[in-house]
Formats: sequence, C-alpha cells, structure tokens
Amino acid sequence: MGHGAGGRAMAQLIDEVFARAFANEWLGQGNDAAVLPAPAAGERLVMATDAHVVSPLFFPGGDIGCLSVHGTINDVAVMGARPLYLAASFILEEGFALADLVRIVNSMAAAAREAGVPVVTGDTKVVEAGKGDGVFISTTGVGALPAGRDIGGANARAGDVVIVSGSIGDHGTAILSQRESLAFDTEIVSDTAALHGLIAHLLELVPGVRVMRDPTRGGLATTLNEIAVQSGVGISLEEAAIPVHPQVEAACEFLGLDPLYVANEGKLVVICAAADADAAVSALRAHPLGTEAARIGEVIDDPNHFVQIRTGFGGRRMVDWLSGEQLPRIC
Amino acid sequence: MAQDFSQPRLERRHIRVRGVVQGVGFRPFVYRLAQTLDLSGWVRNDGDGVELEGQGLPGNLSALIARIRSEAPSLARVDSIHTRLCDADPADQGFTIRTSESGAVSTTIGHDSAVCADCLAELFDPADRRWRYPFINCTHCGPRYTITRALPYDRSNTSMATFAQCPACQREYDAPVHRRFHAEPNACADCGPQLSLLEAAGVRVATRDPIADTLLRLLTGEIVAIKGLGGFHLVCDARNPEAVERLRARKGRGGKPFAVMVANLASARRWARLASAEEALLAGAERPVVLCEKRPSVDNELWGLAPDLGSIGLMLPYTPLHYLLFHDNAGRPSGTDWLGEVQDLALVMTSANPGGEPLVTDNQEALQRLKGIADAYLMHDRDILSRCDDSVMVAERSALAGARETPRFVRRARGFTPRSIRLAQKGVPVLAFGAWLKNAVCLTRGDEAFLSEHIGDLDNPGVCVAMDQAAEHLQRILAIQPEAVAHDLHPDFHSTRAALALADRLGVPAIGVQHHHAHIAAVLAEHRRSGPVLGVALDGVGLGSDGSAWGGELLTVDGAAFERVGHLAPLALPGGDQAARAPWRMAASALHRMGRGADIAPRFATQRGAAQIKVLLDKPHLCPTTTSMGRWFDAAAGLLGVCERMDYDAEAAMRLESLAASYGSALRAHRGWAVREDESGAELDLLPLLAELARERNPARGAAVFHATLLAALEDWIVAAARHERLSTVALGGGCFLNRQLAFELPRRLSARGLEVLTARQAPCNDGGIALGQAWVAIQQLQPGN
Ligand SMILES: [Fe+3]
Ligand SMILES: [Mg+2]
Ligand SMILES: [Zn+2]
Ligand SMILES: [Zn+2]
Repeated sequence: MGHGAGGRAMAQLIDEVFARAFANEWLGQGNDAAVLPAPAAGERLVMATDAHVVSPLFFPGGDIGCLSVHGTINDVAVMGARPLYLAASFILEEGFALADLVRIVNSMAAAAREAGVPVVTGDTKVVEAGKGDGVFISTTGVGALPAGRDIGGANARAGDVVIVSGSIGDHGTAILSQRESLAFDTEIVSDTAALHGLIAHLLELVPGVRVMRDPTRGGLATTLNEIAVQSGVGISLEEAAIPVHPQVEAACEFLGLDPLYVANEGKLVVICAAADADAAVSALRAHPLGTEAARIGEVIDDPNHFVQIRTGFGGRRMVDWLSGEQLPRIC
Repeated sequence: MAQDFSQPRLERRHIRVRGVVQGVGFRPFVYRLAQTLDLSGWVRNDGDGVELEGQGLPGNLSALIARIRSEAPSLARVDSIHTRLCDADPADQGFTIRTSESGAVSTTIGHDSAVCADCLAELFDPADRRWRYPFINCTHCGPRYTITRALPYDRSNTSMATFAQCPACQREYDAPVHRRFHAEPNACADCGPQLSLLEAAGVRVATRDPIADTLLRLLTGEIVAIKGLGGFHLVCDARNPEAVERLRARKGRGGKPFAVMVANLASARRWARLASAEEALLAGAERPVVLCEKRPSVDNELWGLAPDLGSIGLMLPYTPLHYLLFHDNAGRPSGTDWLGEVQDLALVMTSANPGGEPLVTDNQEALQRLKGIADAYLMHDRDILSRCDDSVMVAERSALAGARETPRFVRRARGFTPRSIRLAQKGVPVLAFGAWLKNAVCLTRGDEAFLSEHIGDLDNPGVCVAMDQAAEHLQRILAIQPEAVAHDLHPDFHSTRAALALADRLGVPAIGVQHHHAHIAAVLAEHRRSGPVLGVALDGVGLGSDGSAWGGELLTVDGAAFERVGHLAPLALPGGDQAARAPWRMAASALHRMGRGADIAPRFATQRGAAQIKVLLDKPHLCPTTTSMGRWFDAAAGLLGVCERMDYDAEAAMRLESLAASYGSALRAHRGWAVREDESGAELDLLPLLAELARERNPARGAAVFHATLLAALEDWIVAAARHERLSTVALGGGCFLNRQLAFELPRRLSARGLEVLTARQAPCNDGGIALGQAWVAIQQLQPGN
C-alpha cells in the first residue's frame, strides 16, 4: 500500500477493510465522531488508552489486533468498570502487506465482537516506508463505573491477600520465543484475553475487592511494586505458590529472565481482604480464564514498601522494580 | 636574677593525644607512666581524645611522650601527639585523673577484642571471684562496638546499662590504677549478665551448668545456636559428619565451606600448615577466621567441611564463653597451662544467617529464625546492639620489597569495626553506600574513613534493612551528618536507591562512582594516595560508564578522574546473570567465540539448555557481554569440567585455584594470549589459552596452566600499559585478588619489572571495600577547585 499515485485508491481500500470488519451502527453513521448514550444515573465514566507496538505482529495465541482490543478493555475493566466502547487508530507503514492488514483487522474485530465492546470510531494514517514498523495500533476504551465502587492501586492494606488469576510470564516469553525463533519442547502461547467477563464474575461474588491490575509490561513484579508504593505497604509473596507454566519457567531460566518481570496480557492481580480471599479464588477458578488462580502472598506493613518473595529454606529475596532491562549485577 | 642550681629545672608540658584513646584504659596507663617517671599533673578525656599536663624533669617528660607512643594499651591506636610548653607550677604535687570535661563527647567507640591474658588467668583461677564467669572483661579486652548504642561511649549508652555494678565491681571501676578503671562492660557473676540454655522449643533447660550441658549436646551431635559478640553462631562438632551434614541441610547451605573453632594454636596446627603470619593472625586480639592451608587430617577427620578446597577457615576462641567450652572439654583444669595443650575438639562455627538473612542478634529473633535449624540455644541477657559478623582474613608473606607480612581481608567486621582508615586529606563528610554483594557502607569524618561491618548481599530484604540501619548507626556513633553521598552506577541496587533517597532528603550532592574506579580508589585511599596510577581491576561484573558490564579493566586514575585504557576481551553472557552461576555457560560462550559452537551440546549434554545455547549465542543482542575477569575464570573452570554449576559465589574460581595448587608449578601456554589495541585501549584476549584448556584431559594440570598463563599475560599487558601511560605505580583491586596466586605472584612480578605495586590491605579487595573507594572519589571530587 502507499500514497502518492494510486494512494487515494489505496486509502479507500483500507477504509473498506475497516468498515467491513467492524460494521456497527455507530461506524455506519458516517460522522466524524460517534454519538453514544450517556451511562446510567450515578455511574461514572472510565477511560483508558494504550498504544500497541509489538514484534512480531503475529505470535502463538494472538496478534497485534486482538492484543490491542484486550489491552484496553482490561485497563478499563480492572477499575471495576463495564467496558462499553472502543476507538482505534492505525499507523501503517507504506508497503505493509494488505493480506496481513486484513488478518489483523479481522482479528481485532473478532476480539471486539467476542468481548461485546464495539469499535465505534477510528482513524488510519500511512507513513513512509522506514518510518514505522509495519503497523502500530492505538486503542481507547470507555467504560461505566457503578456508583460507590472504589477499586484502585492505593487501596491495599496490611493483612490483605494477593491473588493472581493464572500462570504468569506466558505472553512475554511467547513473543520473545517467536521473535527469536527459539523452539522449546512445548510451544509457549500468549495469554492475551479480555478480562472483563472474569472480573464481572469476581465482583458479583466478591464486591469488596480492593485492588485489581493487569500485570502487563514489567510483569507481576513491577505491578506489585507500583501497588506497594501507591498504598504505602509492603508485599510478601510465596515463590512456590506463584503459578508458572513449566515451559515458561524453563525458557526464562535459559534466557536468564525472571518470569516475575515478564509481560502478561490476560492475567489479573487481585488484592482483597483476607476474609474474602477464599471466595475470590473460587470465583476466579470457576471462570474459564481463571482456572489456575492462586493466592500468592499477602500485604504487610513495611515502611520501605518492599516487595519480597519467600523462597525455599526460609530465605527471602527482594523483588525490586527495575529502571530498565534486567542488567547483569553479579560481581 | 641568679639561677638556682640547687634545684633541678622543672618543665611542664601540655600534651594532646589523638587516635583511639578512649575506653581502652588510656588514662590509667598515662597515670602509671607519670607515677613511674615522677611527674605531677593531670590527664582527662575530651572531645578530641586525651589531653594531659605533665610536670617534671625534661628528660622524664620526653620519656613520657616516647612511652605513650611505644607502650600504649593494646586496644589503643595513637595517631598523633602534640605538645607545647606551659608555665611550670612548683606547687603542683602528684598526678590525677580528671573526669571528662563537661559537655565534651568522646569521639570514638572501640572495636571488640578477644578476652585478654590477664582476664584468662582470672577466669581459670578457682580462687578468683570471676572463676568461670563467661562475661569477664577489662579495659584491655571484651566487647565495645557490639554493645554500644550511641556516643559518648559510656555504660549508660551500652547494653550493660541494665546491670548495676555490685560494690566489688564498682570499686574496680572507680580505681584509677585498676585494669577495670572505667571498663564499661565490667561485671561479675553477682551483678552481670547470665547464661541460659534453651531447648529447641524455647523452654529453658533446668541445668546448673549451661556450658557443660551445651558441650555434651555438641559432643552428641546436636546443633546449638550460641550467642557470641556480634551475633549468634550455629555450632556443631566438626568431627561428626552426620551433624555437619544436618547443619548443611538445615541451613540450606550447599557445598560452601564452614569455619572451625579450635582451642589454640597447638590444636590449629593439627588441621592446617600454619605460617608464622597465620599464627599471629589467629592469635591476634581481633581473632578473625583465617583461611589456612589444610592438612590431609581435615579431609580424613573433618569430613565434608571444605570439600574440594585446599584451605580451611580456622578461628580461635575469643569470648570467655568460647574458652569455657574448651575448658570443660579439657576437664576443667586450674590455671592456664591447658591453653597451650592440643585439643581434638573442633567446632563448626557458622554465622547464624540462614537463607542469606542478616546475622541473628536478638534472643527472641533467634528462637523464631533459627527454628528448625538449632536443637538448642545457649544465650545470655546482654543485648547485642550492633550486629557484627566474624572477620575473615588471609595471611601471606608479601612479595613487595620492604613490606612485612601483610594480612588481607576477605571480610572485615568484628575486631576491626569501627576502626578508621586514615585518608591523605580531610574532606567533607561523605556517606558511601557500596554496591550489591558483600556490601558494607562507609562514612568519612575529617581525614578518617569508617567502613561499616560486612552487611551482606542486598538481594535479601532483611539485608537491605540492615544496610539502612548500619548507615544510620555509623552517623550516630560518629555524631556526623553526611554532606554528600556516593553510590554505584548501577541504578537497581538498593544501595544506589538508598543513597539517592538520602541525598534528596538532606539536599546534598549524590556522586555516582564507576564500580572499578571505586575498587582502585579504595586501594589508593588506604595508601593515602590520589594518583596518578595505573589501576588494575580484576573483578566480577560491575556496570561500566558505557553501560556495559566491565570487570577486567586497566584504568588510569588521578584524583577523582579516571580513564579506561584497557580491558579483557569481552565474553558473551548467555542468559545474563544465569551465566554467572553456571560456568558451563561461560565455557559455551568461549567455545562459541572459538567458532566451535557445535562442540557445546555434546560437551555439556547433562546441562539443561545445552542443546539450545548455541542459538542464544548466535544472537548477540540476546547476550550481554562482559569484560569480567571472574567470568574468564568461570569459563576455564567450565571447560576443564572443574565446576559446571556453582553452589556459592566464586566457587568455580576457588576450586580452580585449589586444583592448581595441588598440581604445583606448570608451564604457561605457548602463545596463550594476545593483546590488541582498540578504541577503548589495550584488549587482552585469553581465548588461545582457553582453546588449549578445551583440549586438556587433566583438570589439575589445566588449572595450573591457566594460572601460569594468566599471570604471564597480565604481567605483559600491565607492564606495557604502564609504559604507554608513563606510570610507575599500579594499584590492584577487585574480587579476583582473593585468588592467592594473583594476590601473591602478580605483585612480585610487577615489582620485579620496576613498578611500585599497591594492594588492598586495610579493606577487602572485593566489594566489601568498594564503599571506601566511592567515598575517596567523592571527597576528591568535592575538593575546592575541582
Ligand atoms: Fe566488584
Ligand atoms: Mg495497558
Ligand atoms: Zn581483659
Ligand atoms: Zn559485680
């Protein structure tokens, strides 16, 4: 695809691809913006945006298209909100294969349809070859937050329990293995998924959840460090309780990565009162996206706001936040 | 006016003594000297040290000054004596000890010291009132640093504050001529701390004799946690392999060697070949663990203590409590003769710091944290206020011309903390936070640098907290607030974060110091130099100023500035820090660089990932590289099959060194190295040597060839660089200098080539001393005009 000579024709073709894939009443209005109904009385709006850049564009378990839908839905949903609408914008590199674009857009549309969250407005720009990396997708989501619901990173209290909805490290390891053509005995599949169904189910049974987060870039470790600082608490994890798929563990050991720092795209961290913990774990486990949910640690009083992990032999290890990549440090 | 020749001329001098002169029996010492020399006057402590006025015959006054220097009490250190004449007062009669000037704060807290000979004589004298009292001490010995909360050093600021002295003890404490004059921890069985023995469950054992009971338990294979000076030890009978194995398993210790306590030098000789320097260190008042060359008896009778290593860590008793265990074992003889007799009892004494946690110091904490490890606890009610591990040292005859036998630190703590290291110049007070492993912090005051006790590895949250406490404690006991902080360049160390946070809070500058620059600066600091020198840093990994992992560097260092003028050839780290724990990965990395990637999989077939690692090595962007000397050691050990995975830090290098020593001298590999010039200086490449090791079938010979070749290569590389830079002094720093061959042989060769060689002696050459170097760089950088 390109602009210049024949560019207009190409732009029309692209519009066609989007229109057909996402077809819905708001896009069909043909206006510059979508006109949407106001949320119910007492509800508040929640809005999140995320730019998606991923290499490779296609990976086991998904592609940039569905990822850009899931990522933004999850950011809205972890606030306890019902995701309602999405907006999407694309930056395409000149020369990007139309077939790949169709595949991505269709995957994105399917993800939106499956999630029940329509893409109601969008935009596309094409940049010169060499000024982009195939395709970048930016999505924005809007959701409705019921009155009185207060879920956020600053709400953790000492004595609370930390729960994760399933195995960690899958997405980042899958991406890296695919990008570097590293073959492991068992293929590692990204966990990319929209979590609002799981979350709705959880909140129905355990409405008092205090904190929810999706541990994406920087992994579980970074997310928990953010929560610890926001809430002014410490967090203590049990290494043996954290679900990690064996093939992910082996790949991470091989590559010298710590799965705690590897990105997830379909996992939920939940912090709730100890009294709610069992109910929360069973609620998560009852949902197809939470079958491996586990209680992995607790919130503690700690003026240092350390996140730490208990290892074998009663040992403990710091789970620091990292300022960049995992740099070598053993002297 | 005619002079009166009938009376000898009287002279009066004001004398000021600086150094470690408080709390060590200095005033009674001056008092006794004055009596002997027939001088009148007075002596007292003040904020600067000790001041005195002496009046008498001029010759006697000179003798006083000379003898203050030469006969100072064993725990004292005289840094300077300044005198001036003042008006004589013929009416002045007698010599008095005056109380400290009001408001004057004593400036130092002494270090802990092994029980002295005088106290031992009392301890084993059935007629003495302190016979077998486990907390006997005097101004020449006993606890200081570990029982002190804050300045001034005074009983009320120690954990002895809760013990009121009985009249007999008080009389000693108040008598200027007594050995216990102002001995702050002075005590006896009537008024002082008491022992108690507890079962694993924390229940007190109903025994009249906790020491005899403890010995019995040890002899029957139990593991007993014993409270010492700076923390608890886990103790078992070193001759009981089952007990040793159980301790290893319970502590999760892997194959890391244990230190052993024996009764005396005569007993130590049974287990190790001791040089006179080692005997002096073992028996010194600091009583470090000394790494000694082990005899076959160790492997035959102390099974599993120091597997695959040529050395064993030995230590002699240093608290009265330790002595009493050996006294019981000897059958409780009267007098001190038994102290010279060989005993078979050998006790594993390992720091009670399970799982890399800080050393346990508190009784309640011991019961919780040592649960499941200790079968019993021998504790007492004198609190430990400053945690302090055993120091670990190596004694070696120095190769340097004119130098005496020079002990070196592996770990600097008990017996040395908080002794200061004198710097070449005064500067603003700097708090340096060190790096990450084996960390210690350092606070400067004037021209003195106070290195904290060894704290530990900052991957453990408890150790991070301990580091924060150690930094605060140093500020408190030195009564000083830093005006700058210094830290490593690595952004993700707790030490770096703590430094930046403190700088922010105090509004003072934070100075990042490159890791290997700091290693060299630490050596310069203790030698009171600022450069220019050629620094040779042979180390594990430290972050370079270019963001890559350095560790085998030639740096020109001048004041606060440095320049990288050479480095080892880089090796890929397949799997980052995983490669630092798995020498087989470094061997794979070397094979890959030789173009023999296909050999990796068959060679390391038993290692998980061996079949795939070539794929990783084929992708340079997935493998950070390092110029670290330590990783070259690992690669050599991996290629020789000496060690494929490490149980503990530096295991591969230590085993390689031990193997080389067992083989004896070997020829260096012909053309085993190459030196190339690149944009960052002279690059030393040892790949040809490793290619030869990859073919070697005898690991011991391979280890010996590795060391021989490495030494020749380093000599070649360093001498050429020194010539090129027109420098005649080299400073050696970094953890690899714990290797005896590098520590001993490299300085010998370099001095034979006409270079002046500076090495680390007062601080460990590894990261345990790095805070000293950071502080020294910061001081120089903050010097006016810089
Ligand atoms: Fe280092
Ligand atoms: Mg996001
Ligand atoms: Zn004494
Ligand atoms: Zn008494």
